[in-house]
Amino acid sequence: MQLVINIVVLAAIYALIACGYVLIYRVSRVLNLAHGELMMLGAYLLLTTATSFSRNAFVAITAAIVLSLVVGILVYVLLMRKMVGEMVLAAVLATVALGILLRGLMVLVWSAQQQYPGQALGLTNPALALPGGGRISTFAAAIVTATAAVYGGLFLFLQFGRWGVRMRAVGQNPLLAAQRGINLHAVYALAWGLSTLTGSVAGMLIALDSGLTDSMAVIGLKAFPAALVGGLDSLLGALAGALIVGAAEVLSIQYIDPLLSDVVPFLVLIAALVMRPWGLFGTREELDRV
Amino acid sequence: MFRSTPRASGYFRTGYAQDLALIQTRSEAAALTAFTLTLAAYPFLATAFYLDLACQVFLAAIGALSLMLLTGYAGQVSLGHAGLLAAGAFTAGILFREFNAPFWVTLPAAATIGAGLGVIFGLPSLRLRGLYLAVSTLALYFVVAYLGGEYESTRGFSTGIMIDAPKIGGIGLKNPRAWYFVLLAAAALTFLLCANLLRSRTGRAWGAIRARETVAEALGISIAGYKLLAFVISSAMAAFAGALFAYYRGFVSVEAFSLFLSIQYVAMIIVGGMGSLLGALLGAVFVTLLPYAIEAALMKLPHAQSYAGSLFAIDYSAFGLVMIGFLVFEPLGLVGVWRRLQNYFLLWPFKYRPTTGAR
Repeated sequence: MQLVINIVVLAAIYALIACGYVLIYRVSRVLNLAHGELMMLGAYLLLTTATSFSRNAFVAITAAIVLSLVVGILVYVLLMRKMVGEMVLAAVLATVALGILLRGLMVLVWSAQQQYPGQALGLTNPALALPGGGRISTFAAAIVTATAAVYGGLFLFLQFGRWGVRMRAVGQNPLLAAQRGINLHAVYALAWGLSTLTGSVAGMLIALDSGLTDSMAVIGLKAFPAALVGGLDSLLGALAGALIVGAAEVLSIQYIDPLLSDVVPFLVLIAALVMRPWGLFGTREELDRV
Repeated sequence: MFRSTPRASGYFRTGYAQDLALIQTRSEAAALTAFTLTLAAYPFLATAFYLDLACQVFLAAIGALSLMLLTGYAGQVSLGHAGLLAAGAFTAGILFREFNAPFWVTLPAAATIGAGLGVIFGLPSLRLRGLYLAVSTLALYFVVAYLGGEYESTRGFSTGIMIDAPKIGGIGLKNPRAWYFVLLAAAALTFLLCANLLRSRTGRAWGAIRARETVAEALGISIAGYKLLAFVISSAMAAFAGALFAYYRGFVSVEAFSLFLSIQYVAMIIVGGMGSLLGALLGAVFVTLLPYAIEAALMKLPHAQSYAGSLFAIDYSAFGLVMIGFLVFEPLGLVGVWRRLQNYFLLWPFKYRPTTGAR
């Protein structure tokens, strides 16, 4: 039972992070390798809002979420906008560079020590007993809930929202979408904003659950296989991929070797690339486009 | 290749042999001689610190050249270069620790392991392109790093493997000046090997594959064969550089081969300029010296001691900033700057601007 809970929690974490990769990839065919750092930035933003202007958890978290949306849009406007129309690879390397820059700046601003935004907000993290004998920490439960909410929200937004439809259109064919009067830059900026927002939510909840250090970005990178296994342009796929990667990781930690935890997602990634590079739910012709 | 423009002095090539010659004009020969003499005199003028810097540059140059071959010429992106360096270093370390093997066994062994890994790293390239290939090399990097870490922890070398300096004729290679010449020779040989590969059939096949695979295949180039060859050669060189690095430092640890190192090598070829061997060298110099330059500059500022603790973070962010700067503002890299400079002086006092409609 505990094993199942662990798998669900880890899968929820990965899924919440992976949807950021999927959003940006789906809309602009750019792989955002700075996602882990942006997620970490979200967590540090929460720490800042918590310590500087509000001890009320709700206010602090809302403020941090809004800030992270702004950060995502700024990343697009200031950097990625310049990479539109460049080689896809140049754009990806730009995100790598951005990640390095952000990580350096974060260590400069917030230092590399372990910090606990939960304490700053005066929140405790009691373990909840679940029927069936398993236990789950409050914030882990919050992560699962948030993942469900984010995926539900994104689904409704992309399916029915005016801007959601525009985003899908741009993802399918940017040229045609632009011809029909869709503001490409606005759509890309929105995708970056939303992606950073969801990543930041993940970052904040992980930080509340288990503290915050500058090694958090690694979790972001480990979530990438989830996005790819499911198919880089499919949200549903990201959910399925997260379950597969999470299950593989928890099971191998439990039954083989705890040291494997850092490498299992990438082993799954390699297996996926060998067997089905476009992912479980991805579109097949994507491969030749990049 | 590393020379693309004809000279303005009226030097025209009239045969293929001339076109392929490594040194074409007298001024090139003179420049090369001057450069060689400078490099030969350097260790006798420099302090130990600058000698170490030069050695680091040479090691980085070997790695950057090998990555340039793969990414800049054959067009196959790799984010796993640090994994190959690590493989080479660990091969040398393990062979030395477990079997007490001398360097003339470990270095070829490292290159062989590198070549083998090159096949593994290269296999996905037969099916995947661009982003997906980059990601697969990234994943393989994590696997190699894990294996290295696993070896360290199971064999009780959790802090790293110590390696004695290689012995030549019973005398250990410890003198920094000797190391300088060894590494210089290794870097120069690598450069020559790359230059020769590129002006031969292999290099042209890689260029064709990079330009357009379908056309290359129609021309009768075996895509799979040449892609794998690119990976094998590049990986063997990288592993060799890794083994040299292990001997130079006298120490192997998986910490030294972080993902950041991979990115540094990618940065070298971007900063230097894609598709140019000269670029790989310039990039290696630039990226290796950047942190030292930053440190020196910071120490000049007032309150220098107060920054000392955050030096690493400053380096890190500056590195990211520089990489972004080159990607956004100078995609051709340092070589692009160099070419523009050359053209400026070639045409001086006139200027050449492409007409507005030309793009």
